Amino acid sequence: MRTFEYIRAADRADAVARARRGARFLGGGTNIVDLLRQNVEQASELVDVSRLDGAIRQSDGGGLLIDASVRNAALAAHPLVRRRYPVLSRALLAGASAQIRNMATVGGNILQRTRCMYFYDVEGARCNKRQPGTGCDALDGFNRYHAILGASDQCVATHPSDMCVALAMLDALIHLSGPDGKRSIRLTDFHVLPNASPHIETVLKPGELITGVELPPPSDAVTHSEYRKVRDRSSYAFALISVAGGLALTDGRVTEARIALGGVAARPWRAARAEAALIGVAPTEEAFLAAIREELADAQPLSGNAFKIVLVERTVVALLAALAGAHQ
Amino acid sequence: MTIRVNGTEVSPPDDARVSLLDLLREHLHLTGTKKGCDQGACGACTVLLDGNRVLSCLTLAAQAEGSDVRTIEGLAGEGDDLHMLQQAFVEYDGLQCGYCTPGQICSAIAMADELRRGDPSYVTRDIAASPPPVTRAEIRERMSGNLCRCGAHNGIVEAIEHMLRETAA
Repeated sequence: MRTFEYIRAADRADAVARARRGARFLGGGTNIVDLLRQNVEQASELVDVSRLDGAIRQSDGGGLLIDASVRNAALAAHPLVRRRYPVLSRALLAGASAQIRNMATVGGNILQRTRCMYFYDVEGARCNKRQPGTGCDALDGFNRYHAILGASDQCVATHPSDMCVALAMLDALIHLSGPDGKRSIRLTDFHVLPNASPHIETVLKPGELITGVELPPPSDAVTHSEYRKVRDRSSYAFALISVAGGLALTDGRVTEARIALGGVAARPWRAARAEAALIGVAPTEEAFLAAIREELADAQPLSGNAFKIVLVERTVVALLAALAGAHQ
Repeated sequence: MTIRVNGTEVSPPDDARVSLLDLLREHLHLTGTKKGCDQGACGACTVLLDGNRVLSCLTLAAQAEGSDVRTIEGLAGEGDDLHMLQQAFVEYDGLQCGYCTPGQICSAIAMADELRRGDPSYVTRDIAASPPPVTRAEIRERMSGNLCRCGAHNGIVEAIEHMLRETAA
């Protein structure tokens, strides 16, 4: 690990100014400290933004404003989140371990990097994300954990966050502050697909800082929402696939469906096609299956992960059926 | 600013790369906290930072400036008395080789506080309900960040159940 300076940001403007000059933001450190130690990333200065404002409060419109330095554990345990956005609590609690959730911040969670083992293997593997133009050893390698949607011949890595899958389902807005001022962007537009440049993972501009996340007021489908994660062991493991789902019914018909998928792409995957297919239909397992199959029509499995297509189908059907059952 | 380790003020290291774990073990010679994977995958290095359980391998020592750190060495009272949970680990065979034990014990002490606070877990059926039920499934899920390669988990859970019973009154 190369030497670096550690500085606590005086305020957001100080953090942005330092980042503009090349410093890297430090949240809880649960990812970047490891990346620096493994020499996957290098930094000359870490500017600690984890001590900046860390509040959770209701927005004027009846939604929720979450500062970026709120810890994952605190967000999961917050009464308003548990009551109004249960899918978010469950997704957070599905991630990592209690120790890591105590450390990790909301902003850092959004910016965490893939867990593709070839990305981390500096000495032994080629990786276009780590070193553009060198190749991708996952394509013909151990790709059980890799993408089935939105990948390219340059990169098949997945985004590892559970929280972001829930945020995608919730239509969350990401608030940014940068050298050119403030702006907001939907979480589903924040991460970009790999295409020909997998080293570019988000739409962040140099120096831009995630300052917070805003959730719109909960719709009926959000109040009735859940998160299911399928993994190789029952706790403390990254997802093979995960599903955030919400359902609203009126007179035996679906009036609102929300589905987001994790572990399938370089970004949390909002299943808009499946959602549209469910509007107005009776909430049967056959209808759920037909809807998610529309979403997965373009799925392209790799040598080791074709099982993910069936796994997504079954998990979506099971989750939506449970939500529909709870409505009865 | 200093770091308070088990009640003693210590200076942070000059080199920002030093982890809290290496500060404890290599600089302060508090070798009770163990280095397992050094990459956040095993929980052996768990300590209490301002009362919350964290991984000291992924915490830079500089991040702990101004904070209170408690390690396995700081749990027992004066003299030869063990902390209640240390004693319970002995009585319920909560260990074989003992390498994960300091992390397990620090982790479980903070877990008891989280339960008392009413924090939910992934296996809590009604996530809005508080407090969550204290079942073996809850304890196992909440302790999943601490691996034990000897497989002493049954004894570990029994020792924790003992502590929760004793402190519930």
